Amino acid sequence: MAILEVHNIEKHFGATRVLEDISFSLEKGQALAIIGSSGSGKTTLLRCLNFLETPNHGSISVNGNVIFDANDPITQRESEVRKKRLHFGLVFQSFNLFPQYTALKNVTLAKELLSQELPEYKQNKKAILEEIQAEGRELLKKMGLSDRADHYPSQLSGGQQQRVAIARALALKPDILCFDEPTSALDPELTGEVLKVIRGLAEQKTTMIIVTHEMAFARDVADEVIFMDGGVIVEKGPARQVIEHPQEERTRQFLSRYAEN
Amino acid sequence: MEFFTSDTFRTVLTALNTGFLKTLQLFFITLLGALPLGLIISFGSMSRFTPLRWLTRTVVWVIRGTPLVLQIIALFYVPGMQKWFNWPSGESGRMLAVCVAFVINYACYFSEIYRGGIQGVPKGQQEAGLVLGMTKLQIFRHITLLQMIKRIVPPMSNEIITLVKDTSLARVIALQEVIWMGESFMKGNSGIAGLTWPLFFTAVYYLVFSGIVTMLLGKLERKLSFFQ
Repeated sequence: MAILEVHNIEKHFGATRVLEDISFSLEKGQALAIIGSSGSGKTTLLRCLNFLETPNHGSISVNGNVIFDANDPITQRESEVRKKRLHFGLVFQSFNLFPQYTALKNVTLAKELLSQELPEYKQNKKAILEEIQAEGRELLKKMGLSDRADHYPSQLSGGQQQRVAIARALALKPDILCFDEPTSALDPELTGEVLKVIRGLAEQKTTMIIVTHEMAFARDVADEVIFMDGGVIVEKGPARQVIEHPQEERTRQFLSRYAEN
Repeated sequence: MEFFTSDTFRTVLTALNTGFLKTLQLFFITLLGALPLGLIISFGSMSRFTPLRWLTRTVVWVIRGTPLVLQIIALFYVPGMQKWFNWPSGESGRMLAVCVAFVINYACYFSEIYRGGIQGVPKGQQEAGLVLGMTKLQIFRHITLLQMIKRIVPPMSNEIITLVKDTSLARVIALQEVIWMGESFMKGNSGIAGLTWPLFFTAVYYLVFSGIVTMLLGKLERKLSFFQ
């Protein structure tokens, strides 16, 4: 069974239709890349999955459970939404690290706050917090940032900041990790280190949705690719097929513009 | 040298000290009341509930758009004249009325500084908190608050320094703060009259006190420079 099913999602901002009839599914352990030009609705789609935007139509299911249905207001209650968000992790284009916390605290903060809701928190506070710390350090180590745990974001390079942000998203063990153009804000020489980390996650069968402009990366790392244009899915299929042998004319045009660059 | 040991000097100094204590009292009560009240007002002026937002912004406009002196006079005299209620008699009643006027006035100024500080925190910070499953209150407490404080320290320092000197407006309803005391030796107080230096000497109090406040706020600003 698919881990994620998106049915007929639509999103309008006033009269502008940003997403129209978006449907797709994702299997556990797979990586899906979404490509398309700016303004094609890719980012809005990710934001809908993370409940940062509310679709006007459609439904979203995770592990067979409907977590969002535009026709069912109960699924949109704030208290419900907060828990359901945790199915997803989101890595932002502009990192959005918390500047007043060290790299480690950025990774552990959300988990510490969530653990306060555990019934055994009061008795085991120290042990729980120590475990969260240890997990946070382990994640930073995985990102190659062991020696940067106590640095503040402003003391880190863009690539390092984005890797902290990935660790932060992983800390809550989301079912599906979303990346919104994770390397677009980076200098070209820093994109490699971030792409390498994402590649490593794909090798460990992390379920991921990656909005990206890195075509070669999408081809090599993703299992499936979706090409979006004007708020609709124009083409979807196995990564290599969509990027090397696109079936649709619009996909071909888009990819040829990239090839020229 | 003889002057500084004279009885006159000692009498004046004691009176100015008493007056300045009242100045300090007004200063700290205003801060204590206006700092939290300003935050509440700023939430009102950012509310998504339009009537509340307009009501709050109108109040802020009126308070910031009229002189504090006028507000003190109105708040002190109008309730009694209209037979709504009477302030307690004597110096304590004057102090109470002045404190209420100052707290409301400064809360309105602070609220706009808070609003700027909160709205200046990038939206991505809140979104990052939301996708990590934090509640709105947790986001405010653990993410927005400190970033806001860092942003507002410089404009807040300005207002607080102004407050040090604005406390002298309380003399308009004869609260016996330091300027009132200084002036009293021109008119006659404790058998001393016709002295002008005590009035000008009050400047020393203000200078020393605003110097200390500036230093402390500078310290806070440096303390918050550990992040950007």
